[in-house]
Amino acid sequence: MGQVEIITANTAAAFAAKLCRVQVISAYPITPQTPVTEELAEMVESGALQAEYITVESEHSALASVVAASQVGARVFTATSANGLLYMHEMLHWAAGSRVPIVMACVNRGVGAPWTILNDQQDTISQRDTGWLQIYCRNSQEVLDTIIQGFRLAEQIQIPVMVCYDGFVLSHASTPVDVPSQDEVDRFLPRFLDRSGINGGTPMNVNPLILSDPRLGPDDKLMPGYMEFRFMLQRDILNSLQIIESVDREFSDVFGRSWGGSLWKYKMEDADHAIVSMGSLASECTIAADMLRDRGVKVGVVGVRVYRPFPASQISEYLSHLKTVTFFEKDVSYGFHGAVAMDAKAALYESASRPSVSSYVVGLGGRDVRPEQLAEATINCIGGSTGHHWLDVRN
Amino acid sequence: MATTSVRQLPKTELIMPGTRSCAGCGLMLTYRHALKALDEGKTIVAVPASCMTVLHGVYPITPVNVICINNPFAATGAAATGIVAGLKATGKTGYTVVAFAGDGGTYDIGIQALSGAFERRVNFIYVCYDNEGYMNTGTQRSSASPVGAITSTTPILAKLQQKKEMVKIVEAHNLPYIATGSPSYPLDLFDKFKFAKNVEGSRYIEVHAPCPPGWGFPNRNLIKMGKLAVESGIHVLFEIRDGKFSLTSRSLALANKGRKKTVSDYIKGQSRFRKISPEQISELQAFTDKRWNELLERHFKDSGDA
Repeated sequence: MGQVEIITANTAAAFAAKLCRVQVISAYPITPQTPVTEELAEMVESGALQAEYITVESEHSALASVVAASQVGARVFTATSANGLLYMHEMLHWAAGSRVPIVMACVNRGVGAPWTILNDQQDTISQRDTGWLQIYCRNSQEVLDTIIQGFRLAEQIQIPVMVCYDGFVLSHASTPVDVPSQDEVDRFLPRFLDRSGINGGTPMNVNPLILSDPRLGPDDKLMPGYMEFRFMLQRDILNSLQIIESVDREFSDVFGRSWGGSLWKYKMEDADHAIVSMGSLASECTIAADMLRDRGVKVGVVGVRVYRPFPASQISEYLSHLKTVTFFEKDVSYGFHGAVAMDAKAALYESASRPSVSSYVVGLGGRDVRPEQLAEATINCIGGSTGHHWLDVRN
Repeated sequence: MATTSVRQLPKTELIMPGTRSCAGCGLMLTYRHALKALDEGKTIVAVPASCMTVLHGVYPITPVNVICINNPFAATGAAATGIVAGLKATGKTGYTVVAFAGDGGTYDIGIQALSGAFERRVNFIYVCYDNEGYMNTGTQRSSASPVGAITSTTPILAKLQQKKEMVKIVEAHNLPYIATGSPSYPLDLFDKFKFAKNVEGSRYIEVHAPCPPGWGFPNRNLIKMGKLAVESGIHVLFEIRDGKFSLTSRSLALANKGRKKTVSDYIKGQSRFRKISPEQISELQAFTDKRWNELLERHFKDSGDA
């Protein structure tokens, strides 16, 4: 049996990595991720965790080293934030293209310039198109559970997974977390299956130069070209939506907790209006929804847990029949709207009926967002205000 | 015990016909002899984007009988670190991890990851095959290009600066084994890889790898060009075992007999030096002499200690 501990999301992430019996950890310190790396280092040095801990000289090297360690057959983990994640950009593509099942904790922080160490989600959103799965957590329990789910998922589909959670808001806030026992985790997550083929000493050329078109191999078998490999990655990422749901169900069977798969709903059964958001902000949106319900407005919340792959048909199913939808997110695609709103609107395009929509960029660089503001903006949308806005900005 | 005859080299060839490297490639010959010194089936090669990528062929065919892991340009030192850690964590023993990167991937974009790996004392061999420029992308200037060389990014004025002394930077990491080599001296090269294989810790071997298309000399002159570099002192063959320096092979012979060849003898057969000025030739000669004298002094000092 597990036990309840009062811990931060960073500690929850470190506990989860340990419970998953990771074999190689490589990380470079950056606020607010640092406690994850420090706690894992202590576990390794004290002998509590049997793993190789690599104290690399940069984030680029952190990801490069875990990609390579994974390629030779180890279960690997790393963590980063903000500019550190951006410094990994080349390696993010490389990891996905290599089809290595890395799980990485991404502690969301605004990116410079100018410098901020506080929270928004611009860092991970800007790495959207690198071929990783992105899962956004709303509390520390979900962080711990999602890292455990993440390894199951990544290893099943051979695609790396980012487990994203908000810097300081979650990373440094202590809350009760049910920490499962090693036995429970072992039951859910089998020991790492070494697919490297290294032990046989078979010659291989991993990630070589490749042509665009399929090409015959030495045994006259037609092998994929570059574009086929890209298509397989896309196909497997899209198909992972079902696997995410089934992994969450199996997780629930063992641990008694479910996180809703790709999307979660709050008071949506009879709702006329929805608020859509991601991460801890989506949790806060439930308070705004309650405030509006107290005023007799039937508002619910749809939380986007999995942003990549984007659960488009499910989003459409949840939102298309509503009167209005208001999006709140801590990111922007400069020159257009927030990323979640853009994708959700694209998903709704196929629907016969579509809600009236407004979208808000909020809380960048740690700017406080109060439930009253969210409720107010939602009421404006319900009252007919549409379009794209920035909340609480003086211009 | 030094290898004295090519007949003593292992007959097994791990590089089959059909590589994509250029004719007369100094890297190719280096790699061939290096792999003869390492254990078949127990060698993992880490490679950045480079001529090595090309040498290893186009998917799904490779002519090289090793485990090769390709990596982004800047990542070689870090990838090797990950390979070593992954092997250890999964109980795979008896492997030699060898990184093979060019001068661009070592002196320039890869220097951070390399320094990090050396500082962490990662148990691997790092080989820099120095062909003095970004040859795979078409002969652009690197910090290893020599003064006076025309490159495609120093097309009119030629390179104005002396090359970086990378081995000095590597030495600052206090490694147990550092060596230089040349494909023109395959026995010396073989012996150094053979020795390096059994050293524990980070090891660095820098090979001067003449490049016919990049330097502008006929393919048939590969060996001659490598020898001229050593004869003139442009490239010096040595090794440093736990800080103890000794000249080897032809450079050792030259230490006793004196150099007969000059920088002018070396550069005249290479079209990349077609615009070098008399002042630059003097500069390159002075740079070469200073370095040679430093190394000679070290050699006699360290061999006197023995």
